[in-house]
Amino acid sequence: METISIEGTPKTPTITFDTGKGFLEIKGRSIPENSIEFYKPLVDWLEKYAGKPQSATNVNIQLEYFNTSSSKCILDVFKKLEAINKGGSAVVINWYYEEDDEDMLEAGEDYQAIINVPFKMVQVAE
Amino acid sequence: MMLDIYDFYDKMERNNIMLSFKGDITSELLTSILQIMESKLDNLQEEPKIKKKVYNVLVECLQNLYHHMDEVAPEQNDVIRSAIFMIGKLDNQYNIVTGNYIKKENVESLKKRLEDINLLSKEELKEYYKAVLNNGEMSLKGGGGLGMIDIARKTGEKLNFNFSPVDDKFSFFSLNIKISQ
Repeated sequence: METISIEGTPKTPTITFDTGKGFLEIKGRSIPENSIEFYKPLVDWLEKYAGKPQSATNVNIQLEYFNTSSSKCILDVFKKLEAINKGGSAVVINWYYEEDDEDMLEAGEDYQAIINVPFKMVQVAE
Repeated sequence: MMLDIYDFYDKMERNNIMLSFKGDITSELLTSILQIMESKLDNLQEEPKIKKKVYNVLVECLQNLYHHMDEVAPEQNDVIRSAIFMIGKLDNQYNIVTGNYIKKENVESLKKRLEDINLLSKEELKEYYKAVLNNGEMSLKGGGGLGMIDIARKTGEKLNFNFSPVDDKFSFFSLNIKISQ
């Protein structure tokens, strides 16, 4: 079991993945020009984790901004989580949005409509 | 210098242009523009809601320019790699204007795509966005055709665009995005 992390930059989020605790967090901004390249390691780790996941997997998505290039990659991450959820680990995705940020709430609801994993919409103060 | 710089200044002043750029669009340039615009929006003490909307739409507009540059001119030193971008605020409305070259053969398909987006209601745009998000297609750089839908959705306005013929190979595509308070 290991913790994998990627330090955030002005255009990419901080990613923490504690496979021992079954905890994944994506936090910050996700606006890179090339998001496929950025998200590939995470998709690979999830693929590996899917082989022997914890009984529960908690996911926090706390994004301030994300671009449409990232949105497809985030969907790929969620599709991996959907498979992990099917494979016996109870996955919950906590989608954080700041109060008044209707666009971010709607974005979470879009994913919720597509992905068959329990979502929790968590409102935070600005 | 043939340019009347005061005429330029006056036009920019009257349109309350906050930032403008003409030239090759690089990743580093986008980082700088976004940093400058973020601090300007902070200085204007915009509501977080407006600030986020403007920033998000700006990211999409600029990355559109960035992603289409290679398509139109793969050679680094090509003049047609050049694009123009302006952002201003007039009467409580933000205006983002972009302009870039496009190959003539791509004009009709882009025009059709934008006209189709403009026919959709708010609810239809949401459904269309989800359908495109989930269709599994992705360009090499991850664009995937969501940018314009997202802009239309976030601004709640029709996409205002124009194509000006340049020569037998290229047209100049301009996009004028309004973000109201």
